[in-house]
Amino acid sequence: MEILLALVIVAVVVWFVSGPLRRSAGETRKASERLEDPHVAELRARKEAKYREIRDAELDREQGKLSRADWGRQDAELRREAIEILKELDRANAEAEERAAAER
Amino acid sequence: MITLGAACLILAFAVAIYAGVAALVGTRGDRRYVDSARRGVYAFAVLLTICVVIVEAAFVRTDLSLQVVADHSSTTTPAFYRLTAMWSSQEGSLLLWAWVLSLTSSAVLFATRNKHREITPWATAVLMGLGTFFTGLMLFAASPFARLDPVPPEGVGLEPLLRHPAMAIHPPMLYTGYVFFAIPFAFAIGALITRRLDASWIRSTRRFALIAWLCLGVGILLGARWSYSELGWGGYWGWDPVENASLMPWLVGTAFLHSIMVQERRGMLKVWNVSLICATFSLALLGTFLVRSGILDSIHAFGESTVGAPLLALIGLVVVGSTLLIVSRTADLRSEKRIDSLVSREAIFLVNNLLLVGLAVVIFWGTFFPLISEVFTWDKTSLAAPWFDRYTTPLAILLVLFTGIGPLFAWRRVSLGSAKRLLARPAIAAAAVTGLLAAFTDARSHPLALVMFGFAAFTLAALLQEFARGAAAYRSLSGGSYGRALMALFARNRRRYGGYVVHAGLAILLIAVAASSSFQTSRDLRLRPGESAVVDNYKITYEKPTAEIDPPEQRLTFGSVLAVTKNGKPYATLYPSRNYYSGVGAPTGGGPIRSFFEGEATSEVGRRTTVGGDLWTSMIPDLGPMNHLIASADNRLERIGRGIKPGDVQAQQAFGALQGLAVRKIEQRYLADPPPANFRVNVNPLVTWIWVGGAIAVIGGLVAIWPAPEARRRRVSDVYAARLARDLGRA
Repeated sequence: MEILLALVIVAVVVWFVSGPLRRSAGETRKASERLEDPHVAELRARKEAKYREIRDAELDREQGKLSRADWGRQDAELRREAIEILKELDRANAEAEERAAAER
Repeated sequence: MITLGAACLILAFAVAIYAGVAALVGTRGDRRYVDSARRGVYAFAVLLTICVVIVEAAFVRTDLSLQVVADHSSTTTPAFYRLTAMWSSQEGSLLLWAWVLSLTSSAVLFATRNKHREITPWATAVLMGLGTFFTGLMLFAASPFARLDPVPPEGVGLEPLLRHPAMAIHPPMLYTGYVFFAIPFAFAIGALITRRLDASWIRSTRRFALIAWLCLGVGILLGARWSYSELGWGGYWGWDPVENASLMPWLVGTAFLHSIMVQERRGMLKVWNVSLICATFSLALLGTFLVRSGILDSIHAFGESTVGAPLLALIGLVVVGSTLLIVSRTADLRSEKRIDSLVSREAIFLVNNLLLVGLAVVIFWGTFFPLISEVFTWDKTSLAAPWFDRYTTPLAILLVLFTGIGPLFAWRRVSLGSAKRLLARPAIAAAAVTGLLAAFTDARSHPLALVMFGFAAFTLAALLQEFARGAAAYRSLSGGSYGRALMALFARNRRRYGGYVVHAGLAILLIAVAASSSFQTSRDLRLRPGESAVVDNYKITYEKPTAEIDPPEQRLTFGSVLAVTKNGKPYATLYPSRNYYSGVGAPTGGGPIRSFFEGEATSEVGRRTTVGGDLWTSMIPDLGPMNHLIASADNRLERIGRGIKPGDVQAQQAFGALQGLAVRKIEQRYLADPPPANFRVNVNPLVTWIWVGGAIAVIGGLVAIWPAPEARRRRVSDVYAARLARDLGRA
């Protein structure tokens, strides 16, 4: 009985694990489309981190850790950097879409 | 079901190998193999879950045909300890390690199934490499499904020292901590191989690192509590090699959690971060190795083992492999920016990092000194607590100070004027506390403790100031009460404010450590019933002995009733005792009654806990006066035992009953003519605050781990995106 049960488990595991290998080309393409482009992912992470920096700087100013002048300088610099990231993100998104369209 | 368990273990091993290989094939770009590997990891988790369920069921049913059950449990082991006995064994702890690895690997691969398409296959290969290693160890060196034939009539039982409620949670917490660090390590290796060394791998694995840090911290704290209440030597930290082995990855992991914030924001410390996580995971493996190898003398090292050499080989592979990989990626790991100013949060984080790593290095040296000294002098010399205290105390004091300074400073740069203003109040609080303690207490006789109190006061005042300023700022924008503002502050930035709560908890914990170690009064007393002794303000009278036999546990307990008065008024009644177990750990040939007293013994501590500290007592009865009685009982029993033929069950049962009678006689003699007992009495000031501080730190850790609601994160991001979009329009 136990051996039979073990064989059933082996069969289920083999069937489950090999599922993606039995996929058609269309299904594989669809699955790949859901994947985040690494460059876009990196830029998104940098964007989130930059937003966090901007929020932190605001909080620091509200708490009196940064003088208005220091904060002004820092905030302007952070925003400039954020804008650069957003521009780059737009470009990367567009390129990723073009690549995806070309693959289709 | 044992056959099924063994089959699932073999299948898990095969699946782990397949998943690792498929993931490596998938690194060439064929996603089908990557997805198949991920499914392999899920299957690995399910198979190991079946193995765990089968082993646990065998423990619950006391299936003595399974060797692991016969060696670590018995029919008389209480149900609670039968459930926890699995991880008291080497086989069970390896299964626990692999099982937790399988679950956490499945969780991270599910969460990142559509992300990190280059890193994930490598991370999967690393995780399944570890999975293959640990399931392989079980298959070839320490199988939890090994059978016994013939089946013994009774099991050995659980090691007496492990019969404590903390057994249910202390080892699993430590193992969960160790294993969860495998996730950021695997992704760091993936990032290094693919040269994707931006902060995105950190973002995806940060929460796993936090959970690892928290679980390891809880495990360490529970271990300290267990030691304090059970071991009978009077302390919570003995610088035991295995204790140290759990503290080192926690310290380096703490440094990692701080320095990744700098990389996320400033793109700096990339080499440092990958080095820290590789070191943390190597130290986590070292912790497992020290428990299981028996290479260093430790109360936690449960004998010689067969898995020491393979574990050492794995540690070597991880250390050498990750070092070579980091060196080969030096150019890619160059920082994008430099520290703008030494008066900034990132600069303080760096100092804190150096202190944490410095502490870990000191502890590493002290822990492995016996082996180092053996290499050079052929003599295994251990370093005792005073050595550790001498070198770790100054570092810990500085750490507390910088734990307070860090939250005060903003990122990038703080003007000197702002810095002075921010530091002023905490500095005044620190000076006031130090001055008052020096003036009105004997703290001045312990300068290091006094400095620790001053710096901890600085940190607590700084954190209080942070909360007050944060709440005031929020109120000025949104109105409402201070309480609501504080709640909103936490909701708005859980990581930051949860982290501050952790800092506060650790400052309290270190105050308590400094107070309880520097101002402890410890006396060893030898008293007969009716005699008294004075320790500090306490008069302790040994009123009478107590004795108890627990037949199912085969335990004999000799205890005492201590009446304590403080300044002449009744204060407490304490019941310290000593437990002896039949034959457990005793040398052979000592006789059935003698074996009770020459084997494993545990202490039950008598303790009165207050906010101000503990009065802590343990006892060891002097059994010298009873030696004659014990020897005579053993002689008689041995004479009778010689006449019993093997296989004569009836005679053996009768012999067992005779043994019971002899033990009862010893118990009666102990009560009728009690021998003197050796007592240790400790007055531990503020020790309760170690547990309070630890609990506060755990709460802070949970706040920091708890995910912010997705909707709120998106809304905040959108607001900033809109504002930045406006700026973009003007740029």
